[in-house]
This record gives sequence, structure tokens and C-alpha cells, in this order.
Amino acid sequence: MRTVLEVEGLKKHFGGIRAVDGVSFAVEEGEILGIIGPNGCGKSTLFNCILGQLSPTEGRVKLDGEEVTGLAPEALNRRGVSRTFQLLQVFPELTVRENLILAGQEHQGSMLARLLGPRDAGLGAAAERMIGFFRLQHLADARAGGLSYGQQKLLDAAMAFMAGPRLVLLDEPAGGVNLTMLGDLKERLRAMNAEAGATFVVIEHNMDFVMSLCSRVVVMAEGRVLAIGTPAEIRANPAVIDAYLGH
Amino acid sequence: MSSLASATTPSRGLMRRIDGVFLTLVLGAAILWFVPIGMGRYGTYVLSLWMVMSIAVMGLNLTLGYAGLKSLAQAAFMGIGAYTTALLTTKLGLNWYASFLLSGAGCFALGLVLGFPALRVKAHYLAFVTLAFSTLVWLVLRNEQWLTGGVFGLSNIPRPTFFGLKTDGALAFHRFTLVITLILALALWWMIRSPWGRAFLALRENPIRAASLGVNIRTYTLLAFAIGSAYAGFAGALYAPLVEFIDPSPFALSASFFLLLMVVAGGSGYQLGPFVGALLGVVLPEWLRFTGGIYLIVFASIVVMLLIACPQGVIGLVERGWLALRRPGKGGAA
Repeated sequence: MRTVLEVEGLKKHFGGIRAVDGVSFAVEEGEILGIIGPNGCGKSTLFNCILGQLSPTEGRVKLDGEEVTGLAPEALNRRGVSRTFQLLQVFPELTVRENLILAGQEHQGSMLARLLGPRDAGLGAAAERMIGFFRLQHLADARAGGLSYGQQKLLDAAMAFMAGPRLVLLDEPAGGVNLTMLGDLKERLRAMNAEAGATFVVIEHNMDFVMSLCSRVVVMAEGRVLAIGTPAEIRANPAVIDAYLGH
Repeated sequence: MSSLASATTPSRGLMRRIDGVFLTLVLGAAILWFVPIGMGRYGTYVLSLWMVMSIAVMGLNLTLGYAGLKSLAQAAFMGIGAYTTALLTTKLGLNWYASFLLSGAGCFALGLVLGFPALRVKAHYLAFVTLAFSTLVWLVLRNEQWLTGGVFGLSNIPRPTFFGLKTDGALAFHRFTLVITLILALALWWMIRSPWGRAFLALRENPIRAASLGVNIRTYTLLAFAIGSAYAGFAGALYAPLVEFIDPSPFALSASFFLLLMVVAGGSGYQLGPFVGALLGVVLPEWLRFTGGIYLIVFASIVVMLLIACPQGVIGLVERGWLALRRPGKGGAA
């Protein structure tokens, strides 16, 4: 197994607050790694540091063994790293199809080709497949802003997959999604992982969701890693039960 | 029936609207070709002025309405275009077409340089920088007499020839302006429906998400502002031969605000908005002259009421009405 993502001694301090305080872990190719921990333990800050939205105070991020610390989000995206956001981040004025095309178009051809070439940047069929894969056919030409919360979450995830990324970081994909939709989402993510061979890192509060989806779980508390292990190991870890699962 | 339509034409709603824009532009141009017949010199001049202003507003609509960048220098760029063309044609004897292209290219290049501050995340930097730039341009136009003629301006700006045909008459120049306006409007129409247009929109709606999808914020921001500015330059290059005499006053800061008003009143982010906005800004005051000395007060009141009634501008209001009309009839459409 190859290591896709490596985080080494990552720290992010905001003034006196140590939001992320020396986090290290590695993500193997094809795995689904979960990150759990109480609110405010630094999960989202960690994501933002890995993805170039924030520059870490200390530490390194490596992609395929190559250091990418502090690289701009769009540069990382072009290297096959994609993400979803905790809060909804679809483009409400565009249709579902347009959202998906937008999510892939910057990976196609040159600037000039994007001006003079076809409207859909040659992504019509790919968008269609993604729409089918996430079962959004009946909504393909609807304004994304008019979709239900759960549907927008699905679209958000679909957008993260449009450019065929190797590594996808999902920030609370299940947050606010109703139960029926949740099963759908989990099953789609698993299928994506199996079919496209994409590697996932998932931040999530929903324990059942994480434990059933992920192959390994990182538990964070107060900016540090409390434990890393398989779901079964994590469930049995006394420190984790004490700090988090016990409540 | 509607499901059949959606199966054969992808992104049906958007496609239909865009084709509507294309048809409106071409049909509108065909009508405007004949409208001024029997209208007299002044009426024809106002129509031509309307189109010239529409070009400047179109550019600002790209910058503001699509990419969400606030520029207060559109009139200054128009001034640069007008003076560039006036100087090149009167002093150097260059033909109008070359001057026109140079005016646009110059404004594009200046837009790139000025646009860098817009790359700061704080949204108001561009507004401040363009505000300062606007004042600077106006001062140069007024004070550098050796080049710009100062307050006396530049006169005897020649009108171009069109494949050997002179455009000295009001009608001929109107038609010439019409052709150029149509070309520029269609170019923008094409750009907005291309993936660039989608990226510009993404820039306005959610730059952070756009960046996470690989959209290069820096490149698209600069492009939107530079192309918007180039359109002001093109407008200026047409304005100079239209009025045949230019001085600094139409390019002052207040004129930039007025252009912003036209974008918003017409419908910011709508492709036909600039034509309606410029119509309100250029032609409406003329129609209101019958009210005598208070016509500007009446004009201002109408604009204020319009913006209260429809903050999305006139085209926004039309679209809302259109959707409301269609919805009941299309009840079952998925």
C-alpha cells in the first residue's frame, strides 16, 4: 500500500489558542480514514491547513511523498485533492448540471479552449454519469439553490468527485442529512471508493456513520491525536471512551 | 412534452434564455438599423450615444454583475479610450480601427495592473484603487494641456470609413456604431455562456468553494476586470468620433457612479441589463425634457422608485414576471 497523504507534526496557533497542536497521521491509498472528536478539537482547522486554506504554524503536509505545505487550494485541487465543506457550498444560481461542469471544467484543456470550446467543456457526459451515480436525474436542470438540504449535500459530494480526484477530504458529509438520505450517501461514498479507487478522509460527528464507513479512525481532542485505530479498536480504547464516546 | 425537450437539449432552461439573448440582440440590431429614419440628427445622435454607453455598461456588468468586483473607474477607462482614439486619429493620423483596438488593448493592460489589488481578499480594495485611479485620470486629462488640450479638449475628431463608405452623416455613423455594438455584445454573449462565464459567476457567488474546485481566482478576477475595462476603452473609442469633440468632464468620477447606476438599474448580472440601464441613463432624461427645469429631479425620482420596486433591475423584474406567467401553465414539468 502506498501512502497518499502524510501529515507530520502539524500545528496551527491562533494567538494563544492552539487549535491544532502537533498532529501526525498517514493515509494509505484506497482507505477511508475517519477523523472524530468533540466540537472545537481542531478537525476543521486541520482540514483547512492540509488544503491550503490556512497556512500551518508548524509541520508538514506531504502528498505522495512530496511536500505540499501551504500550496494554494486551486493548486492542490489540480493535483487531485478535492474537498467538501461543513456548511453547504454549492452554487445556488447554477443548475445541478452546471455545478458539476464547473467542478470539472478547470481540469480540462487550456484557458483558450475554455473560452472558445464547447459550453460544457466536454464534460456533458461525465456530468450525466455523476448525476446518475448520485441519483439526481430528476433534478439535473433544477437550480441548485432550490434543492433540499440533503440533496445539496449529495451534489456537494458529487462535485468533489467530478475531476476524478485521488484524495477527497469530506468535512461532515452527514451533518444535517436525514436518515434515508444518509444511507444513500454512505452507500454512494463506498461505491465511489471501490469503483474510482479514491482515498477518503472524513470528518464526522455521526458515530454510526463513521464506524460503518471507515477502515481506520483518528480521534482528536484539544488539537492532538488521542488515538488511531480500526473502528473496533477505537470503540474499545479506554482513553477514547473517557474523553469522547463515554458521554 | 416538456420531458421530451429536456431529454434532447441539455441544460434546457439556461440554453433557452441564452438563445433568447442572442435573438434579442440580432433582432434589436435589425430594428435599430431602420429606427432613426426620419428621426432627425439629434434623435439619431441620442440613439448612437445610447449604444456607446451600453458598451461601457456591458463591460461594467461583466466586472460587477458577473464577477462581483466593484469598479469606480469605468468612465475613466472610457476617457482613456476616447482620448487614445482622438489623439491617434488627429495627431498621428492613424485609422480609426487601429485606434479602436489600441484603446481597448490599452485599457485591458491598465485593468490587469489595477486589478492586482482586487486579489486581496478584502472586497473593497478594488473600489478604493479605482476611485483613486479615476481621480488621477481626470486630473491628467484636465491638467496635461500639451497632450490632452486641458479643459479645451480635443476637437475635429474624424469619423471612420466603413469599407470605403464615409460615416460622417448621423445615420451612417449610427449604423456603424450599431455594427460595432452588435459585435461586442455577441462577443460578450459568447464569453458569458462559455466555461469562463461559469467561472466568473462562481467567483461572485463563492470564491472559496471555486478555488477548492481548481478555479484560478487570480486569473479569472484579473480577466473579468481587464475585459470589463477594455469594453470601456472600446466605448470611448466610439464616443470620440460620435461627439467629434471631447473634454474631461464626461469622464469624471460622477460619470463612473452613473455607469454603476445603469448596471444596477438595468439588471446586474443579466446580459440585456446594460441596454436597459443605458436606455434609462441616456434616453430617459431626454424624454423627460418636457417637464422643463426639473427634469433631472424627475429622472432621479424615477430611478429611486425603480430600485425600490425591483432591486434586481428592470430585467430582473421582467424575468420574475415571465417565470410567474409560465409556472401555472407548466405545472407538471419536473
